[in-house]
Amino acid sequence: MLRYLSTRLVRALLTICFVVTFAFVILRLSGDPALLILSPDAPPEAIEAFRKSWGLDRPLWEQYFHYFAAIAEGNLGRSMRDGRPALDLVLERVPATLALTIPALILKIGIGIPAGIYAALNRNKLADRLTMLFSVAGFTVPSFVLGLVLVLIFAVNLGWLPSGGSDSWVHGILPIITLGTAGAAVLARFTRSAMLEVLGQPYIRTASAKGLAWRRVVVDHALPNAAIPTVTIVGFMVGSLVAGAVVVESVFSWPGVGRLLVVAVANRDLAVVQTILLFVALTMVCANLTVDMLYGWIDPRLRTRRVAGAG
Amino acid sequence: METLVSIRGLTVDFDLGHRVVRVLHGVDLTIGRGQAVGLVGESGSGKSVTWLAALGLLGPRAHVGGSVTLGGEPLLGVPVRRLEAVRGRRIAMIFQDPASALNPVHRIGRQLGEALRLHRGLEGQAARAEARRLLDRVGIADAGRRLDDYPHQLSGGMNQRVMIAMALAGEPDMLVADEPTTALDATIQAQILDLLRELRRDGGMSMVLISHDLGVVAENSDRIAVMYAGRIVEEAPTADLFANPRHPYTSGLLAALPDLEGPRRRLVAIPGTVPDPAHLPPGCAFAPRCPQAIDACIRAVPPLEHVGSDHRAACIRVQTAVAA
Repeated sequence: MLRYLSTRLVRALLTICFVVTFAFVILRLSGDPALLILSPDAPPEAIEAFRKSWGLDRPLWEQYFHYFAAIAEGNLGRSMRDGRPALDLVLERVPATLALTIPALILKIGIGIPAGIYAALNRNKLADRLTMLFSVAGFTVPSFVLGLVLVLIFAVNLGWLPSGGSDSWVHGILPIITLGTAGAAVLARFTRSAMLEVLGQPYIRTASAKGLAWRRVVVDHALPNAAIPTVTIVGFMVGSLVAGAVVVESVFSWPGVGRLLVVAVANRDLAVVQTILLFVALTMVCANLTVDMLYGWIDPRLRTRRVAGAG
Repeated sequence: METLVSIRGLTVDFDLGHRVVRVLHGVDLTIGRGQAVGLVGESGSGKSVTWLAALGLLGPRAHVGGSVTLGGEPLLGVPVRRLEAVRGRRIAMIFQDPASALNPVHRIGRQLGEALRLHRGLEGQAARAEARRLLDRVGIADAGRRLDDYPHQLSGGMNQRVMIAMALAGEPDMLVADEPTTALDATIQAQILDLLRELRRDGGMSMVLISHDLGVVAENSDRIAVMYAGRIVEEAPTADLFANPRHPYTSGLLAALPDLEGPRRRLVAIPGTVPDPAHLPPGCAFAPRCPQAIDACIRAVPPLEHVGSDHRAACIRVQTAVAA
């Protein structure tokens, strides 16, 4: 168990290093922050001074080395725009994003999983077909389109809800619905196919042949097995809690991490973009680790294989 | 002998959406109380479907016709609650691949306990003690510890013993063993068959042993019914069937079986394969593979008729010979 955990942890660290390196290199190759922040018309001396002060005149490998050394000390750099620590900028945006993504996640799970189970239990009947129709519609419509349509209906035409901003919880309703819809649709489809797979297994027939009522067969025998693949998708959704709302935050002018990312990328505000990407990688990696632990808890076959592997 | 289960004109149609395929064409079978009946035939002949249909386990795509009675009470078309009271309690069933027939995420003890709670109202320590006794009964060593194991920690033979223990939990009147040894090694196969025989002798339970292997059913059945393409083509007491097979298909199955005594001989396989249920040949379904087929064979399906006092076969050549 310990060895299993430690290999997972090492792999997680490598993933984070890779993401950070990738972001570092791509950002520096894709545009000069000095020209973007000072404007291309700025005097050459000013641009030169800007580069020197942020260390951009040094060779790439040296910048990279310094960057990693700073991270090791817990220093994630400062924003080139206003000079504030990048970490502060990001952290003050996180609550706003979570205020959207956590309710959206609850919505995804609360609607997606029961809908998928219901569809699977009514396979090929009208209920199944309708559920799957909504599901296909839900994840094929891009979130900015869905967001705009919702704004058009509920903000512009009916005037029930605000079209953007973050002054009160009412402002969160449309972005949360927009975010939740696609995820619920994906989860419904995935849960349905996981359930259908499990319902076709011989142990389901055994449970019925034993004399168990169908409801007990579904709850005690099918659901625990169908949970195994479904947990993967939910884990992925948990992993995108911090950065999963970039488009929706832009559509609804919600002051979260996603909008900060868009602005920072446009300005090549290096430290801010890198800090956000580090956060994204961290949440994704933590979610994956949690999923791996959950697998062992849900599926005894993995648990003993793991013990055998460690012993 | 008192009749326990009576199957009359049982038909099963599978609705495939674009068309309907009939896989069972009117099966008649009677199982006496305490009797052991072997059901033999190649894969796809309808052996398992017969019993899954009788217990209502085929799912919504199957349309079942005819009648099945258990102790005189009908089983087809009754509310599902009635069937649930029969499943496991009056008729228990075990399946081919024991490893996948047990739920991988639940411990053995829990899966046994479920049946004990359902059929005997046992809970907690009482259920655990009884589960342990059942595992002992089916020959699992160290039963107490095995209760806490998961199916993947046991061998195939042990899992089949667990399945049998689970079937015994309801103290059923009849056990349907559907290819119980097919997925197991030859030595384990013999042990499981011995166990089934012993249980039947001790408990007076009726048994239906489904197998594609005549050798497996020979020692474990009072009577044998041979199935082909969704019909019973021959039925007789075991000794009679082996000594005096009347249907060419039964003869073919026997010829494919090695003798334990007597001179060595070349085993003869039946040429061809079982027809697709959706495209059955006209007349007798076995005619295209039959060495004795004549023109009349493809004109009509031969009915299952008496060719001896307690011996029935569905072959017009045998029937005309008997009549002559």
